[in-house]
Amino acid sequence: MAAISREEVAHLARLSRLAVTEQELDVFAGQLDVILQSVARIGDVAATDIPPTSHSVPLTNVFRDDVVVPGLSQEGALSGAPDAEDGRFRVPRILDEEA
Amino acid sequence: MTTTVLPPYDDVVARYEPVIGLETHVELGTKTKMFCGCPTEFGAEPNTQVCPVCLGLPGALPVPNRAAIEATIRIGLALNCSIAEWCRFARKNYFYPDMPKNFQTSQYDEPLCVDGYLDVEVDGEMVRVEIERVHLEEDTGKTLHVGGATGRIHGATESLVDYNRAGIPLVEIVTKPIPGTGAKAPLVARAYVTELRDVIRSLNVSDVRMEQGSMRCDVNTSLTPAGQTEWGTRTETKNVNSLRSVERAVRAEMIRQASLLDVGTRIFQETRHFQEDTGDTRAGRSKEEATDYRYFPEPDLVPMAPDAAWVAELKAALPEAPRLHRKRLQEQWDLTDQDMQSVVNAGAVELIEATIAAGATAAGARKWWLGELARRANEEGIELSTVGATPAQVAELQQLVDEGKLNDKLARAVLEGVVAGEGSPREIMTARGLEVVSDTGALTAAVDDAIAANPDVAAKIRDGKVAAAGALVGAVMKTTRGQADAKTVRELILSRLGVEG
Amino acid sequence: MSDLTRLTAAELAATIAAGDVSAVEVAQAHLDRIAAVDERVHAFLHVDTEGALAAARDVDTRRAAGEELGPLAGVPIAVKDVLATKGVPTTAASRILEGWRPPYDATIVERLRAAGTVMLGKTNMDEFAMGSSTEYSAYGATNNPWDLGRIPGGSGGGSAAAIAAYEAPLAIGTDTGGSIRQPGAVTGTVGAKPTYGGTSRYGLIAFSSSLDTPGPCARNVQDAALLHSVIAGHDPRDSTSIPQAVPDVVAAARLGANGDLTGVKVGLVSEFNGEGAEPGVMAAFRDAVEALTKLGAEVVEISCPHFQYALPAYYLIAPSEASSNLARFDGVRFGLRTGDDGKHSLEEVMSLTREAGFGPEVKRRIILGTYALSSGYYDAYYGQAQKVRTLITRDFTSAFEQVDVLVSPTTPFVAFPFGSRTSDPYQMYLADLFTIPTNLYGGPAISVPCGLSEGLPVGLQIMAPTMADDRMYRVAAALESTVGVLTPPAL
Repeated sequence: MAAISREEVAHLARLSRLAVTEQELDVFAGQLDVILQSVARIGDVAATDIPPTSHSVPLTNVFRDDVVVPGLSQEGALSGAPDAEDGRFRVPRILDEEA
Repeated sequence: MTTTVLPPYDDVVARYEPVIGLETHVELGTKTKMFCGCPTEFGAEPNTQVCPVCLGLPGALPVPNRAAIEATIRIGLALNCSIAEWCRFARKNYFYPDMPKNFQTSQYDEPLCVDGYLDVEVDGEMVRVEIERVHLEEDTGKTLHVGGATGRIHGATESLVDYNRAGIPLVEIVTKPIPGTGAKAPLVARAYVTELRDVIRSLNVSDVRMEQGSMRCDVNTSLTPAGQTEWGTRTETKNVNSLRSVERAVRAEMIRQASLLDVGTRIFQETRHFQEDTGDTRAGRSKEEATDYRYFPEPDLVPMAPDAAWVAELKAALPEAPRLHRKRLQEQWDLTDQDMQSVVNAGAVELIEATIAAGATAAGARKWWLGELARRANEEGIELSTVGATPAQVAELQQLVDEGKLNDKLARAVLEGVVAGEGSPREIMTARGLEVVSDTGALTAAVDDAIAANPDVAAKIRDGKVAAAGALVGAVMKTTRGQADAKTVRELILSRLGVEG
Repeated sequence: MSDLTRLTAAELAATIAAGDVSAVEVAQAHLDRIAAVDERVHAFLHVDTEGALAAARDVDTRRAAGEELGPLAGVPIAVKDVLATKGVPTTAASRILEGWRPPYDATIVERLRAAGTVMLGKTNMDEFAMGSSTEYSAYGATNNPWDLGRIPGGSGGGSAAAIAAYEAPLAIGTDTGGSIRQPGAVTGTVGAKPTYGGTSRYGLIAFSSSLDTPGPCARNVQDAALLHSVIAGHDPRDSTSIPQAVPDVVAAARLGANGDLTGVKVGLVSEFNGEGAEPGVMAAFRDAVEALTKLGAEVVEISCPHFQYALPAYYLIAPSEASSNLARFDGVRFGLRTGDDGKHSLEEVMSLTREAGFGPEVKRRIILGTYALSSGYYDAYYGQAQKVRTLITRDFTSAFEQVDVLVSPTTPFVAFPFGSRTSDPYQMYLADLFTIPTNLYGGPAISVPCGLSEGLPVGLQIMAPTMADDRMYRVAAALESTVGVLTPPAL
């Protein structure tokens, strides 16, 4: 049985904002299935009571003082922008969320 | 929009029991952003308060602001929450252009503060609102929609993004569902947000100004048909940007849901938007796919483990709760419960307090804020604090009255000038020439003119008909255009005519 | 003067400091070498000729003014193109960042500049450091100087190849699952992954935040230690940076070079007994272990039962973090934008941009990571992988109660021919079989040449406890003292 379907891959691609082609979907679905079947082995480990590790460094409470640090100028901020207008980053129309 | 006949509110609450819940976002007033050293001042030129971190440039990394964490813990403590001994930030993943990294650094299942409550007073009755969680996250940038009809996203041809606000620390305060408030649900919602605002303001961690967006509210509402125990489906109403709107939004949503339930239509769990102009709520665009935020612990940040001693220290240093503070003020100001309630309802507690601090008497301060200024705020549908007069100005105004330089009528005119932004009361008084005519020479001349012009009346007064003096007072007030003190005028008339008052 | 490009970094620094040669001459010699061979090697994505010569002139000026110079002043260095360099193109070998010039320097780059090193340019890599061969670079693969028809390892194949081909004496790499060590092994060079948190990630374009570790690449252990000491140390801009003094790796390398490992306990990971590895690699590895014994080390076998789950755990954790880290590449604030023709909405433009800007391996990992973090699968995949991470850490902790360091082959196979593993991504993933456990644990590890198999270099990996980076340098230097430095055939 496949670990992941072509439809699931298509859904994940949409969620990840990747306009994948039909051909890519075919290839990825097969490859991801192989990968997932291989990594699924991780389920064999009995780890119910084991705490998860998200950080390997044993640090807590790393904070910064509330002091202003010079940042970028407007020009510097926009220097890499694909498109800018009136000191702002220009983007194409956004699909509306409001009615 | 389809036209449905909406049921009267009284009918709604007779047939349904509302359950409400509130999610409030408060922008903290720290000097710098949550994860970088960029300044946070409101109103700067676009994209001038940004750096690689808050722009989400490749390679940049966050470092949390200690002051923001401290402020959040203080809010949690003021809301009677327990503070987590250990917790983490989490990434909330979704794509939106106002979010530079396309994930929001937030907290998920490990908030900094949990399980608190806030007692609020509604119509003299205490309601305990339970707090589920208080957590810390970062704000988004601001998007300007260009080409549409009204600057709205709908119909826009392009959008422009400013990231100055992106990364400003944002505290989210979530209540548990609040059942059992019946017809008072809208008032409870408003009272809660008001009280929350006062609590946060008393902590001095945010300016909590709803009109500037530093405090924002989402309102959850559901209705349960009377006699049933299982709660109905809730909706979430966003875009609720004033205390008044909180009340209106709950009420509108209760009526709307009742109108649907009445005819057997089921309620969808959805996000709705409050319409400030019409006072109703509208559905948002339904997403084609359910959102999955794929939360996971933020790997760029290490856990927070607030030291118990530090938390205890912060707790000990909390200011008096606004509710207790108000009790004390009520005694100081010598007000009845009812009078104090009207002060609270008008949102005037702190304004009066500040006015007294600036030198006014309690009665004087209350008179202006609850009288002329409250009337104006009400007429314009704005918060009293934004009416245009400051406590210092009101105190100065009252001082001019006390000094006899302004009478009540003139003071009102001066206040008008204050609200219009013409300057301080003293400046306006001088500029508009509104000072009470107290120079006896000028006033005596005016009195003599009036006596000369009304010989019949003068004769009557000389004959002992003192009441007739009213006519001459009126004449003097007319020639001095109201800038004289009527009592002084009367005394002057009687003395010029050789009559004892 | 003999060929300046053949000198070690330590020798170059000493020669420059003595005034026998100028930093500009050294820089020019390396730029000439790049011009001569890089067309065939393709180690560099960008050569910053002007920047390098300006930095070299600055060193010469400061030297002439009598200023005290750092231990690597005037020494040329190549930097993996995943570190932000102010004003210098930084692409992470991706189309999506083509032409991007960062407005800031990574902390490590700042430290390299402050130390007076001369940055020659930016080196090739697998796109966003995802790969083991550089075949996933959007700008074409790097060729292994030992055999131009074979891969130089990855992701940091450009950095390893640049030093192997004498284009630079030093290079910076980054190691998420083996991206410094595996290229080091297959190019016959030294590559060290410091303790996670020991070197700053600020300005390192993130692949997997909880694993990414910048570190040194060099042709010998001493040079690697010198570079390590220059770039390591606490950085307040990286919340995961460890606020502790860096172990004295330079002294440790010097000590090891004496060739005496008496009293050092070396553990052989019994689970890495050769399964999945080429026999030639295992033979060279066993010879090296034998050599360690001869140097006085006590070698024992240690079981690390959860290491076999490191690869699956890694291929859940790293893509999960990557799927989130790479979300910012959306064509709004920087980089490529595709499809903004007035017909497409922003959502479509984002999707078209990412589709056009990312290569297939990056897309695969984004999709895989998005899947592993999805609400229905989180516990079974990402959550479970993090628990396994705890178990692997416990394996390390208990192993280091018994031995000072652990050793294994760095990678199961020698440099493979181009195209031999690209069609089956999982076969490519196996290249990191031995290197990944350390990344999950967070400790330091180094790959040092230990011999040849089929005429190609084999690396030995030495793993040490967290913040005990000095231990691995001592053992590596000792091994190097008997094995010697490997020299590739002339290009």
